[in-house]
Amino acid sequence: MTRHTPSRTMRIGAAMLTAALLSSTAMTAMADTPPNMLVIAQRIDDVKTMDPAESFEFTGADISRNVYEPLVDFDPLDLDAGYQPKLAESWEVSEDGTQITFKMADGHVFSTGNPVTAKDAEFSLRRAVLLNKTPSFILTQFGFTPENVEETIVAPDDKTLVLKLDKAYAVSFVLNCLTATIGGIVDMKAVMEHEVDGDMGNAWLRDNTVGSGPYKLASWKPNESYTLDLNPEFTGEAPAMKRVIVQHIQESATQRLQLERGDVDIARNLSPEDVAGLDGVAGVKVVDELRGRLMYWSANQKSEILSNPKVIEAMKYATDYKGMEDSFLKGQYVTQQAFLPKTFMGAIDDAPYSLDLEKAKALLTEAGYPDGFDVTIGVREAQDRIDIGQSLQNTWGQIGIKAELVVGTGAQTLDTYRARQHQVALEAWGPDYPDPNTNAGTFAYNPDNSDEAGATGLLAWRNAWALPEMSKETLAAVVEQDSDKRAKMYEDLQREFMATAPFAIMFQQIEQNAMKDGVEHFVAGGATTAVSYWAVTK
Amino acid sequence: MKKTVSLAFTVAITLLGLLFVTFMIGRVMPIDPVLAVIGERATQAQYDQVFLELGLDKPLIVQFGIYVGDVLQGDFGTSIRTGKPVAEDIARVFPATLELATLGTLLGVVLGVPLGVLAAVYRGSWIDQISRLIGLVGYSMPIFWLGMMGLLIFYGILGWVAGPGRLGVFYEGLVPTRTGLLLLDAIIAGDWDVFKDALSHIILPACLLGYFSLAYISRMTRSFMLEQLNSEYVITARVKGLSEWNVVWRHAFRNIAIQLITVIALAYANLLEGSVLTEIIFAWPGIGSYITTSLLSNDMASVLGGTVVIGTIFVCLNILSDLLYRFFDPRAKS
Repeated sequence: MTRHTPSRTMRIGAAMLTAALLSSTAMTAMADTPPNMLVIAQRIDDVKTMDPAESFEFTGADISRNVYEPLVDFDPLDLDAGYQPKLAESWEVSEDGTQITFKMADGHVFSTGNPVTAKDAEFSLRRAVLLNKTPSFILTQFGFTPENVEETIVAPDDKTLVLKLDKAYAVSFVLNCLTATIGGIVDMKAVMEHEVDGDMGNAWLRDNTVGSGPYKLASWKPNESYTLDLNPEFTGEAPAMKRVIVQHIQESATQRLQLERGDVDIARNLSPEDVAGLDGVAGVKVVDELRGRLMYWSANQKSEILSNPKVIEAMKYATDYKGMEDSFLKGQYVTQQAFLPKTFMGAIDDAPYSLDLEKAKALLTEAGYPDGFDVTIGVREAQDRIDIGQSLQNTWGQIGIKAELVVGTGAQTLDTYRARQHQVALEAWGPDYPDPNTNAGTFAYNPDNSDEAGATGLLAWRNAWALPEMSKETLAAVVEQDSDKRAKMYEDLQREFMATAPFAIMFQQIEQNAMKDGVEHFVAGGATTAVSYWAVTK
Repeated sequence: MKKTVSLAFTVAITLLGLLFVTFMIGRVMPIDPVLAVIGERATQAQYDQVFLELGLDKPLIVQFGIYVGDVLQGDFGTSIRTGKPVAEDIARVFPATLELATLGTLLGVVLGVPLGVLAAVYRGSWIDQISRLIGLVGYSMPIFWLGMMGLLIFYGILGWVAGPGRLGVFYEGLVPTRTGLLLLDAIIAGDWDVFKDALSHIILPACLLGYFSLAYISRMTRSFMLEQLNSEYVITARVKGLSEWNVVWRHAFRNIAIQLITVIALAYANLLEGSVLTEIIFAWPGIGSYITTSLLSNDMASVLGGTVVIGTIFVCLNILSDLLYRFFDPRAKS
């Protein structure tokens, strides 16, 4: 037996290690993304399911939009144009406005090879109502219930689908809602082949897809990656990207490294510091896109002080919107004081409030609180929220309002907020579907302000804000058939809201996606929808 | 026989205590398990329905009893994040952690033990000083920072190793999963391209973990060796004219080997449960990353399941090292 001295053993070990490293180096140096493949670094740990009847998270919406086709859809390259025909080539509204009849387009085929028919659309929409998962309210708000779907969602033949509504809703309202993830049409035959215990294929569709969109799910590893491959049966214009791979990368700095090394084409979750760090880096660009998320503060109207309109107005004038936008929120948020995000139907740019401490102090004195008062602000433990809270603390303090930040987990602050036990809440809200009612129906609608009503989903209720007239106006807007008039109603509603509400909408989110210079037409979805990989070229 | 029964009883009590503590932590945490499932937009009716489905209307002790019963049958519940049984999720992610921790520990042992021995033999010399410095840096540097620096230098600048993840996107699915350990699966399949890619991905995080292991193992080895080298039998051996190599490795080192088993087992257990940050930095889809993501998603069934599994492994490794200690050292038997 040969004995090695320690130094010799170590030398051999080091040599083996070096050899292993060098042998792997050559391969990594060659790694680059092929021209017909899109590789993305993104946080995708929010995915719970791929089932369009249940999916209600950002990443789930991204996948669904590229895999399933709805009856009507947005064009990613012209989001402002609103909904356009997709699986339905046309639609007619009955004279009384309560019935919409869709004519299905020819030529759409599921990834299984089965043609898309009205029966599939009937099944998919009925299924979403029957399963009664969280996003089902997007459909049930039109009067569809598990008990009546067989009469209200009907496909008399393979080419025709009839929706019978409980009221004459604005057709734009109904069609906007059908563009949401829950409006994705699934292959009835394939889904029902995988039904278990009457779940209508819900368990199977968690990690399988059967849509007629440009892509199909090739693989999904929770917390690791998902891969979309071209749907071989897709009959539309073939996307340039034959394969899309999205890797779960938690850390912003790691995403940036991958982009700079060329291992990914797009990095979707860069911190402001990493975005700034890419400035001047050759071959990389950062594309800003307005999203639908709004940041606001609101005051509980159960508080005697905070129910004084002058106090609320004073607090709005003592909020430093521009200062925050230009400093710690730079590039991440833009000032927006109306409850509809910019780019939404009926959105307005009015921003009547700006930091005016003298005016705020005068209003506070007028309200009977010349020396101010003490108040608590419930803040979730996220850095941007805490920064905003501290800014409010500072500027409100200058007019005598002594604010204490109560920092808690999302669950803690949400529990307090839903129980109407907060004083001031610093919160964020994102639209559930791309219609103005999604925000009007929560910020400006509260038909029963009693505790017993338990309307925890309504932000106006959470703040104990009774607004009978505006609630009526909100309801009137969803049945206005003339789209221009409807948009005008929301504009008026927002101006009234800005003047009187115990809410100060402050900011709208900007998403900053960093990508290689050659990547074009990457649209994350704006304020209204999710990402559209089929439009991307590079 | 009596000792075996006693050991089994101790293990059972320890695991029950572990279950109780993890379950109670899950219940007292300020997370509403219902909202975690249905989201904040759900109606009160949906909330009430899920509240009952989760059995939250039952007394806490009854809930715990049901949980223990389920766990004994290998049922940790269903993850609200992945929609799959937690046990299935853990079976999928654990091999990644096992592979990383094993390689990290191997590196720690292969480099740490000789370094510790040399530091003891050449006490006060430059070797000892370097050993101390390595240990100090290993103990004091945040793993997060070291990981980021490692990625920046070896992946970002030098390009010597592959980036985050276990495997390059172009190698996914090329070898069938047999053990879940990618390196091993690639060897079994005879696919050396996949093996090289997997090695290129694992080498940096493994070196990082190995470094922390090395720091601990080398310090402990040095300490054990110093005690032995000052013993009378070592002096006697030297007086008898044995070579220094024989004195150090055949006499002194053999006497610390048993103690080292415990140290290495603990280091291994630490890497299995303590590599959370490494897994996050390197996007390593292991159990640490799984538990962390679950916690951030309020997915308490997954957090509890992961914690119980890690705790059980920790207990088992401790017992194993105890048994090995008894096996190799006759004094411990008595």
